[in-house]
Amino acid sequence: MADQSAKQGGGPIIKIAFFVVLALVLLSGAIFAPEHPGLAIHPMDQFEIKPLFGGDHLGTFTPTNQTLWMVLAIVGIVLLLVVGSRGRAIVPTRGQSIAELAYGFVYKMVEDVAGKDAVKYFPGIMTLFMFIVFANFLGLIPTSFTATSHIAVTAVLALIVFVFVTVLGFVKNGVGFLGLFWVSAAPLPLRPVLAIIEIISYFVRPVSHSIRLAGNMMAGHAVIKVFAGFAAALGLFGFLPILAIAAFYALEVLVAFIQAYVFSILTCVYLKDALHPSH
Amino acid sequence: MASNTQQTTDAAHGADAAHGGAEAAGMPQLDFSTFGNQIFWLVVTLVVIYLVLTKVALPRIEAVLAERRGTITSDLAAAEELKQKAVEAEEAYNKALADARAEANKIVADARAEIQGEVDAAAAKADAEIAAKAAESEAAIAEIRAGAVDSVKAVAKDTAKEILASLGYKADAKSITAAVTSRMKG
Repeated sequence: MADQSAKQGGGPIIKIAFFVVLALVLLSGAIFAPEHPGLAIHPMDQFEIKPLFGGDHLGTFTPTNQTLWMVLAIVGIVLLLVVGSRGRAIVPTRGQSIAELAYGFVYKMVEDVAGKDAVKYFPGIMTLFMFIVFANFLGLIPTSFTATSHIAVTAVLALIVFVFVTVLGFVKNGVGFLGLFWVSAAPLPLRPVLAIIEIISYFVRPVSHSIRLAGNMMAGHAVIKVFAGFAAALGLFGFLPILAIAAFYALEVLVAFIQAYVFSILTCVYLKDALHPSH
Repeated sequence: MASNTQQTTDAAHGADAAHGGAEAAGMPQLDFSTFGNQIFWLVVTLVVIYLVLTKVALPRIEAVLAERRGTITSDLAAAEELKQKAVEAEEAYNKALADARAEANKIVADARAEIQGEVDAAAAKADAEIAAKAAESEAAIAEIRAGAVDSVKAVAKDTAKEILASLGYKADAKSITAAVTSRMKG
């Protein structure tokens, strides 16, 4: 086959690649089609939390597959920010450049959005951002586990931000923090109504903050899983869903970063409200 | 390994089905029995990350960035200083060049004036010498001319006396001299 296409000339490598892909598609159809006739899709199985070292019991301190991937996130962060910057070079290496880029990115975000006096909370926001971005991207590795797809995780993250920002607001401004809910720009009769709306929206913050991240992660991974199920069921034409998975995966890579960014920037916005509650 | 996982998954499904209810069909995210475990490990993870960042990573990166800023600033200052020095050096060079040129011009003018003076002096001296020589020559010529006139007078007297004697006249020397002198005047 290779000889023939070589004789024909004109991009033999492309032709070989085409035949290889075709063969793989046929082979995968031959392998998977008989085993799973019909649709057998379990898109939510990937989110199941299982004890890491076997056993059925899941106690509070049992290491799980989720624990493993959170530890891997720590490893990734250490590799990037600690090992990457160990050279302390004036002219940075590639790894150090990325570490400095991450540092500068979040630092500038805190400074621009929350103001200069928020810079002392930068390490906390950096922690949130690095954890989310690493959890999201590690979750994109096939067969891995996405910690941030769980509402328990994102809810705790959002509640940490919510409680911290609320307490900080009262500590910094005292009762003046309630001015956040009292829209002094509006006509006086409207203000109580607006205050109720503002208070409701304030307490909805942690809900939207957490569900936005978990929902994005969960939905993307579930959709990919559904397409994968189609690929297995379609046999010969399985390459169509596989192309769709490739396209969707590219989108997921984007979403993985954007959601980490959105979570951090909203944290900065809330922090700004706590430091400067006036409208 | 793969079949093993498959089996465990199936087993888990079986268990879920056995438990029944919404949980089996629903999302693992809403299985509240795992929340304690998730929250515990999440808090551990966040604390570890926070400590790693605040104790090691962020101070180090901050120090590197500050050091780089300092280096760049001082390098820029040094470059500015060097540039200033280069401008000064160029100015000094130009000034030296102009000075040298002026000096050379002055030397040339001095030399020219000196030579001119010497030439003038030599010319004047030569003129004086020539004038002296000319005067001397004129004097000599005048003397020679006077001498020649005297000789002509004497020859004329002698000739006149001889001529008169041969003609048979006896003439005194006085009248001959007077006659010759008056002739020679005319």
